[in-house]
Parts: sequence; C-alpha cells; structure tokens
Amino acid sequence: MKLIIKVLGTIAFFSLWSIGIVIAQVGKPFIHDPSTIAESDGKYYTFGTGGGGLISEDGWTWNSGAVRPGGGAAPDILKISDRYLVVYGATGGGLAGGHNGKILTMWNKTLDPKSPDFKYSEAVVVASSDGIEDNDSIDPSLLLDPTDGKLWLTYGTYFGYIRLVELDPKTGKRMEGNKALNIAIDCEASDLIYRDGWYYLLGTHGTCCDGPNSTYNIVVGRSRKVTGPYVDNIGREMLKGGGKLVVAAGDRLIGPGHFGRTVLGDGVEKMSCHYEADLDQGGRSVLGIRPLLWKNGWPVAGDNLKEGTYEIESERRGYALQIDVDFTRMAGVARGFNRNNDEPVKPVPSQELTDVVKTWPTGNIGLTIGDYMFRPHQKWTITPVAGAGYLGGPYYKIVIAGTDRALSATADGELITVPTFTGAAEQLWRIDQSTDGTYRIMPKVVPNSKEQLALVSSGDSTPTLARYDMNSDNSKWNFRVH
Amino acid sequence: MKIKFKALLPAVGFIILTGLNVHGQSAPPPGRPPGPRIDPITEHDSVRSIAPFFTPATAAKKTPNAEGFIQRWLLLEPINKSIRSNIVFTDDYLKKEFETDYFPNQFTVIPKDGEKVKVGEQELAWHALESPTFNMKLFRFAYGLKKQTYAVLFWAITIVNSPLEMKNVRLAVGSNGGSMWWVNGKEAVILDGDRRMVMDDCVSTRLTLNKGKNIIRGAVINGPGLSDFCVRLLDEKGEPIKDLTISLQ
Repeated sequence: MKLIIKVLGTIAFFSLWSIGIVIAQVGKPFIHDPSTIAESDGKYYTFGTGGGGLISEDGWTWNSGAVRPGGGAAPDILKISDRYLVVYGATGGGLAGGHNGKILTMWNKTLDPKSPDFKYSEAVVVASSDGIEDNDSIDPSLLLDPTDGKLWLTYGTYFGYIRLVELDPKTGKRMEGNKALNIAIDCEASDLIYRDGWYYLLGTHGTCCDGPNSTYNIVVGRSRKVTGPYVDNIGREMLKGGGKLVVAAGDRLIGPGHFGRTVLGDGVEKMSCHYEADLDQGGRSVLGIRPLLWKNGWPVAGDNLKEGTYEIESERRGYALQIDVDFTRMAGVARGFNRNNDEPVKPVPSQELTDVVKTWPTGNIGLTIGDYMFRPHQKWTITPVAGAGYLGGPYYKIVIAGTDRALSATADGELITVPTFTGAAEQLWRIDQSTDGTYRIMPKVVPNSKEQLALVSSGDSTPTLARYDMNSDNSKWNFRVH
Repeated sequence: MKIKFKALLPAVGFIILTGLNVHGQSAPPPGRPPGPRIDPITEHDSVRSIAPFFTPATAAKKTPNAEGFIQRWLLLEPINKSIRSNIVFTDDYLKKEFETDYFPNQFTVIPKDGEKVKVGEQELAWHALESPTFNMKLFRFAYGLKKQTYAVLFWAITIVNSPLEMKNVRLAVGSNGGSMWWVNGKEAVILDGDRRMVMDDCVSTRLTLNKGKNIIRGAVINGPGLSDFCVRLLDEKGEPIKDLTISLQ
C-alpha cells in the first residue's frame, strides 16, 4: 500500500511540475528594448539597445548576430517598399538630468549582415531634445500610415511628453516645417499602430531595469486621427496618464516593455516585447513573442499555449476532437434520478484510461468530433517538442492523454492517430492563437504536399485538413481544461 | 522529449550577459544618487522662470476647470532630500516622511504668498500660484526657481469653498511620485510606490465636504522623477464636482 502511495505521489509531483510551464523563445534570446521584428531574406531580425540584436531562422530559436551601428538605445525597424528604415535614439534617456537626446534614421537594403547588399546609409537626426524642454528624445517608433502613405515617428519617455513628428517616407528625414506634437505622458517605448480606422498608441508604463522588481507594463490608447487625442477605454487621455492594459507580468515573466506588432495574416497577429526578467532564464531580459488578440477594438496580449491536457473543442458546433473508438459506458453507476436522497452522497470517479484502452485498436485510429464527456478518448496532452518552431511558438506533439498515440496528418490531407509518436514532421503541430482568441492548429507538414493546411471541421462530427478560413468557425478551435 | 528540452534552460543560464548596454531609463542603477550631480546643460540655463507653467494666483473667482481639476494652490519651495530611487516609497516610508515636523504648524497653517519658513538649513517661501493646465508641474516650479529638482518634498495647500454640504464625495489624485493628502485635517488618500501622475489614479473613501471652507493639504515626495500632481473632487456618481470656488485664504 505504502509503495503505491509513494509511486502515485511521485507521479503526481512530476505531473504538477510539468503542467503549466510556459514556453519561452529558445536559443539565446537575450535583448533589451527590442525593435519591431522584421523579416529579411527569409530570416527574422530584431535590434536592441546598445547595438546588434537577434536573428532567427524560424522565429522560435533566436541568437545574436544582427548588426546595427550607432549604439544608443531602443531601435525600431520598418520595411518601406524594398528597403528597411532603421531608427534609434542616440542616448538611453536621462535620469536626474541629461535629457538631451537625438533620434536618428538610416536605411539598408537588407538586414542580413552576410548579404553583399548589406550597407547602412549615413544616419541623420530627425528629432531631438535640448535637455530643458518637456521631452527627452529616446525610444523611437515608426508607422507607415496605410491610409495615406505618410510616415510617422513617435518618441519620448517619462521626462515630459511622448511626441509625434512626420518623416518623409522617401528619405527617412524630417518633413520640412513639421512641428512636434505632444500626444502622451507617463510612458516610454511608445509604438504607433493602425487597425480598422483607429490609430493606437502603445506606451510602456512603470519601471524598467530593476530585474524581477521591474513594474514595466504596456498600455494603449486610441484615436481616429494619428495626431490624437489618444484616449483609453474610460475616455481618459493619454496626455493625462490614461491607458488600457495590454500586457503585464505573469507566468514567471516580469516587466514586459517595448511593444512591437507583427501581422502574419489570416487573422493571426503577434506582439513582441522584452521581459525585464524571465525567472526561468536566470532573471535575464529576454525577447518575448505572444499572440495579439483584439477584443472590442482593443489589443490585448494572448498567452502562449502551456503544455497540459486539454479538450480540443471545435468552434463550429462545440464538439470535441476524439479518436474514433467505441464509446464505453460507465458501468455500476445508478441513473441520476429517482434515488433515495437520504443515502450518503459520494463522488464517483471519472472513467480512466485503464477502463477503456484495452478495447481500442492497437494500430492507427482515425478521428471524429463528438459530444465532450471528458472521456479518455477525448483528452489530449499537448507538449512542446524541442527543436524547430515558428514565430512565437514551438511545434507541439498532441497525444491521447496517458498514451503515446499521436495526432498526425496524412498524405491525402486527412487525419490519423499513430500508436507511437516518432517526431516525424506530420506529427508536429503549429498552434497559433488568432486575434479573436480561438486557435488555428496546423501540421508542420502534410506529407508529399506543399499545401499549408489547418485542422478544420468539415462536418459537425468530421475533422479534416483544409485551407484555414479566418472568417469561418469551421477553422477554429479552443483548448479547454475541464 | 521533456528532458532534452529542459536541458536547454540550464545551458542557456550559463551565458553571461555582456555587450548589452542597458540604460536606466526610469530607475537608476544602484549607486547613482541624484541631486548633487551636475547636468552641464541645465547648469548653464540661467534665464529661468516658472512661466508658462504657473502664473501668480489672483483674487479673481476661480472654479475647478471643465474637467473638475483644481488649478489654484499654495506651493512651498522644495525641501531638499537625498533619495536614490523611488522604490522606497512604501506606505510606511511615506507616513514617516510626511509626519516629520519640517516647519511649525505644517498641518494647520494657511500661509500667505511669499511667507517664509525655515526647514533645517533651508529658507523656503510659499507661492500662491495658478496653473493653466489640469496639473501642477512641481518639477517646473522647482526648476524655474533654481531650486533642487530631484530628491525633493513639496507641500501644497488649497481651499475649496462649497455652496452646500456634500456627502459621498471622493478626492481623486494623481501624483509623481509618492504623496499623501488630507481634507480638513484628516488623511484622505495616500499614493505609494514609484508612481507617475495619472488622473484619478487613487481616490479617497467617501468624504463629506462642509458648506463653506474645506482645506486640502498635500505632500509630494520624489527621487529621480518629474514631480507633478493633479487633484479633483468626484461626486457619488464619479462625476467631477465643479460647483465650487477655489481660494487660498
């Protein structure tokens, strides 16, 4: 008896330990004040404070190697037509004095330092502060307005105002005669984005650079015009300190700051930032990439999927993904009504895997979608797989909980489960949270096919792989723990 | 799989963070006290004034502004402090700082414009002022008067005259950095931590405004921050109260 308890105790301990661990970018994703992520020549780049930055082939594993001259702090990158505009602050911001800053821009045809086209133009100053005025010119960010092609720069920190100026998209220089406009207070690391008729001003509030005690967090206000006023969800101006929270600390990650947005298309967006301290990585400042959700016209950070055991619920009708096996009735439990209610009320254990697994086929088993009844054939354990990934996430293996039976794509664009996970590409799954909070689930590869397919409900009870349609609930899934 | 993946983390943990020049953008790295440090640019800014951030208070009738903010105050020139970082501003720290006797009758005095007090080695004057904006930019007050701008403690007083008794009123305050506020001699609200000034950040419990005079007194303390505050009164629906007049006597 004691031995069983010990063994069960140990298993329970390890299960608790493994569930709920958040997955962060791998490699050496150490950076401070990262720029918006940019793609160049098939790779991802982000520059940081001090110079240099990170490169990733797949968006998941990041290492140093990006090259940016000029030193200074908090750069940003924007691709305009066929070249990249890079902007940075010459200083890191003053404290108790030293608020004279300069913002500079420069161009490059590529961000790949190994390319023969890699050559920065001479940096030019586009904004500055004299050390006395109500602004400290640091932390620049760029927006190319999709409605009219104008190029805007925001910059500033806690000393005075966040300011907006207009640049020439052809030269990267300040527009003649343009005057700086004050648009916010109380923040730094501003970022300007546009979506659906609204301009959004992201700003980082709180304290940076204090390790695990950093209170850094990202807030947002919005305006119908790029010149403001930027107002939060309770109608309060960012010029009076307003802002609605986008992301703060959580899951052992502290101090998110320096927001950047990457639109992947198909209703999938990512936000990037740094965390002042990732407690799982020695409390270091690391690159963070998370889903970006949009709720009622406000951006909010989603969460990267934690490893765990889930129902994979179809957004079409709400049925659960399950292996195609005979339903096993729970025996020995009386019907729920017409019972003697004076009898003691005792909990009944759920159906366990051991109750049913011997009735399942041992080879490949197909899939259906059906009423969720938290039965073993409907519970999936999802865990990240070391190795390759994509922007913001690792590939996952998806197995029936308690087994090694793995979800796999087939060459004819359908689904199967194989008895044992082998790590083959068709058994690896990319999981992205969409802007509406549901998930897109895609195999890394459909064998013998170049098509990018996703898990789709082709019928209420029938899953398949098909092209993802962001406007259809057939393409969408939820992960539920219940 | 799990074991391989997790082996990456300790490996990564051994990497030493070199070459990344992390600047203290809003919190000083330890060992960098503000105050006595010489800033070459501001050192040479000799022609200073508190305008346009403040104008002298007049006797003209003044109400809160359109959003209810109180723009007429008596401000005491800053008391010099030595504060390295605003992370020290816990409730306990603030209470201790503000309950110190800096000058006689500091919780009851209603001074006149220009009246002086001695605080330690400093001789400080009260200024009766008005701000054209919703907030009182204490940093610009100190800077314009060529006083110490960082590591400072400010006292502020105003008088709110109400046409009738108003119940269930709340004092709504934003301040950079820590502050404490009293209404008619009773503590109303405290703003702790390394805060920046956000309107309606902290709000008192329900108070009663007397018919006639009500004295609002505040103390704001800051380390390396841009000292500032904004104050308004909200009714029980959370709407700003504007049917008041603001005086300094």
